[in-house]
Amino acid sequence: MKYITEYRDADLVKKTLKKIEKTISRPWTLMEICGGQTHAIVKHGLDQLLPEEVELVHGPGCPVCVTPLELIDKAMAIASQPDVIFTSYGDMLRVPGSNGDLFSIRARGGDVRVVYSPLDALKIAQDNPDKEVVFFAIGFETTAPANVMSVLQAQNLGLENYSILVSHVRVPPAIRAILGSPSNRVQGFLAAGHVNAVMGYWEYEPIAEEFQVPMAVTGFEPLDIAQGILTCVESLEKGEYVVENAYRRAVTKAGNQTAQKIIKQVFQECDRKWRGIGVIPGSGWCLRPAFQEFDAEKRFDVESIQSEESPVCISGLILQGLKKPHECPAFGTKCTPDHPLGATMVSDEGACAAYYHYRSHLTRQGIESS
Amino acid sequence: MCLGVPGKIIEIYQAQGLKMGKVDFSGVTREACLEHVPEAEVGDYAVVHVGFAISLLSEEEAQETINLLREIVEAGENPESAGNRPPRENPS
Ligand code: SF4
Repeated sequence: MKYITEYRDADLVKKTLKKIEKTISRPWTLMEICGGQTHAIVKHGLDQLLPEEVELVHGPGCPVCVTPLELIDKAMAIASQPDVIFTSYGDMLRVPGSNGDLFSIRARGGDVRVVYSPLDALKIAQDNPDKEVVFFAIGFETTAPANVMSVLQAQNLGLENYSILVSHVRVPPAIRAILGSPSNRVQGFLAAGHVNAVMGYWEYEPIAEEFQVPMAVTGFEPLDIAQGILTCVESLEKGEYVVENAYRRAVTKAGNQTAQKIIKQVFQECDRKWRGIGVIPGSGWCLRPAFQEFDAEKRFDVESIQSEESPVCISGLILQGLKKPHECPAFGTKCTPDHPLGATMVSDEGACAAYYHYRSHLTRQGIESS
Repeated sequence: MCLGVPGKIIEIYQAQGLKMGKVDFSGVTREACLEHVPEAEVGDYAVVHVGFAISLLSEEEAQETINLLREIVEAGENPESAGNRPPRENPS
């Protein structure tokens, strides 16, 4: 398949890794922001093939993982109501709330449906005019174009029975929070290519300069990731604190301006709580006042729900790059993908699930066998 | 959910006022909304997330990236030049 096969070329990946080895002169700690990249890195064993001077820590870029507990509780409160069809991406159904998960609501007779896209949820709303259809609008900048379009489309079609439960997060404030923390160890970032495909990377340049960290906009195939690491290491070795684009086929500096315009029309910035991390100022998007009729929190009056997180799960530390999954005492014992204690064990993009699936049988041949 | 993969746009049409398309992902065809990539044409490759194309892939950039990377990583790989490698740049 075009644009995929060439980026899985094991020979070129190996040569790129070799080049990293030749370039590096001392240890560097890099963070890949995106859970999709964490998944690819662990799956292909890239972290084990890198020279030992490069340490990769896994970032907070898994939307399922960072959706705060109280939003799961709000989702469950809405989904339990009669005459509601609650729609969500599949992964969210297994994320533990304070008291069970969305699956348990379905088991108790609630109408909870898995959709692939918010447009599927809109279709359900059109087909069920006597029901309230709610879509769980989670995600980073990558899913925002879809979620805002569903709201605009509901408005255009005059659908009064559609609303969204918004839990949107944005990457740049999270990077700032990580870099601003006194315990930060991250010296360079692999930026999440698809977030940049939407937003561009102009917002990242002032951050790179202020905190003196290079960043490489990075794609998702093994060669993309190897190239992103090489780019970042080269910048670090040269002492250049810039944002380089190592994913040029999909990303431009300005990003997708059509999408940015529509996002701005529907969403505004707000403070947002991240699971395990806490509130990061300005790190979220929520509906603008003009679109409040589509806000499920208001429609179902669940705004006041607040929840306390389990003290067992250290996913917050993992999402900030301070711990690795296997350092959690519950990892693989009390907490498994079948019985997740925290959201990072639920999604394939969560670091705990990636380690659980791939770390046990990982070999240095990881690349060849992929 | 975030593992957006590239697919080839094989058909473009309007549905309920939205620009939509059929996108082929290595043999699996799915519908995607193309409203955010208004310049999309049949034959283009797009990155699709949750049913929406967010970016069109540039063939030129893709080719250039691979060529450039080959040049960088294969420099000095030539067996004849072994033992005669150029010094590492910026060793500090
Ligand atoms: S292994 Fe489970 S309990 Fe431990 S940090 Fe990961 S999700 Fe939380």
